Amino acid sequence: MNLKFGVVVFPGSNCDHDAYYSLRKVLNYDVEFLWHKDTDLKQSSVILLPGGFSYGDYLRTGAIARFSPIMNSVISFANKGGIVIGICNGFQILLEAGLLPGVMIRNNSLKFACKDVYLKTENRETIFSAEISEATKALKIPIAHGEGNYFADIELLKELEANRQILFRYSDEDGNVNDENNPNGSQLNIAGIVNKNGNVMGMMPHPERACDPTLGRTDGQQIFKSIANYILN
Amino acid sequence: MFKATVLIKRRPSILDPQGVAVEKGAKHLGITNIKSTRIGKLIEFDVDLSDRNEAEKEVNLYCSKLLSNPIMEDFEFKLEEVK
Repeated sequence: MNLKFGVVVFPGSNCDHDAYYSLRKVLNYDVEFLWHKDTDLKQSSVILLPGGFSYGDYLRTGAIARFSPIMNSVISFANKGGIVIGICNGFQILLEAGLLPGVMIRNNSLKFACKDVYLKTENRETIFSAEISEATKALKIPIAHGEGNYFADIELLKELEANRQILFRYSDEDGNVNDENNPNGSQLNIAGIVNKNGNVMGMMPHPERACDPTLGRTDGQQIFKSIANYILN
Repeated sequence: MFKATVLIKRRPSILDPQGVAVEKGAKHLGITNIKSTRIGKLIEFDVDLSDRNEAEKEVNLYCSKLLSNPIMEDFEFKLEEVK
């Protein structure tokens, strides 16, 4: 399969260019923007829903973007096993679209949280995490969100754990998961999850902002390299 | 034509950080007898149908598919006939 990322542009997306830049200029992958009113995924092998404030976050985060024409194509692509990654607002859109389980509520601090966090990788046997080195105790990746407080009922949380769907949890820099390092009140410190089939992933932190060495952090590369490696091999 | 009024409430089992914060504000104001503040949404719109059953069906669809997220919210609505 050829490797090509399709970055969806919704009205209000603001990390679309960051994602394009990191994938194209830093990692040298083929990338194309996909306009929300189109339905053609332009032969992309990976769909990326970027961060931002699609449709002004009106009603609920991601609620309106979920009904964009492009999303119908993304949903059928995902249901056929296509690889989809949602970052921040993209994660919220995947939750609203039902491609990932659970909901996102306001940060328990009620503050917009914008800082570097550390993420413990809970499952290295996924499309999105296979290249994350065992030596990496925790990935250092920034967050920037007001509604990143992941909520699911007890049954769903049990299911997520049983199926190993929890991919990343907020931790300290040594990978210890505790309340102190939970930036938003997410249950079980959940920062990123995959669907049951393992082809759809959502995460609140921004790996595309942690790729260019000039920015002083490159851990985000490991996530994109995992996806690329899966497709190319 | 009907005028619809939709009330969307967060499920009791789901934390409402906004409600908690607003209640803190009330305490700062010296309003001290307030408990369990929960913030929901009130949405109004017109339904361009003459049959009440059809209008209810339409509003139900709008509420369940878009206006509320059934995982965390419940909705109720009333329809008032207007000319």
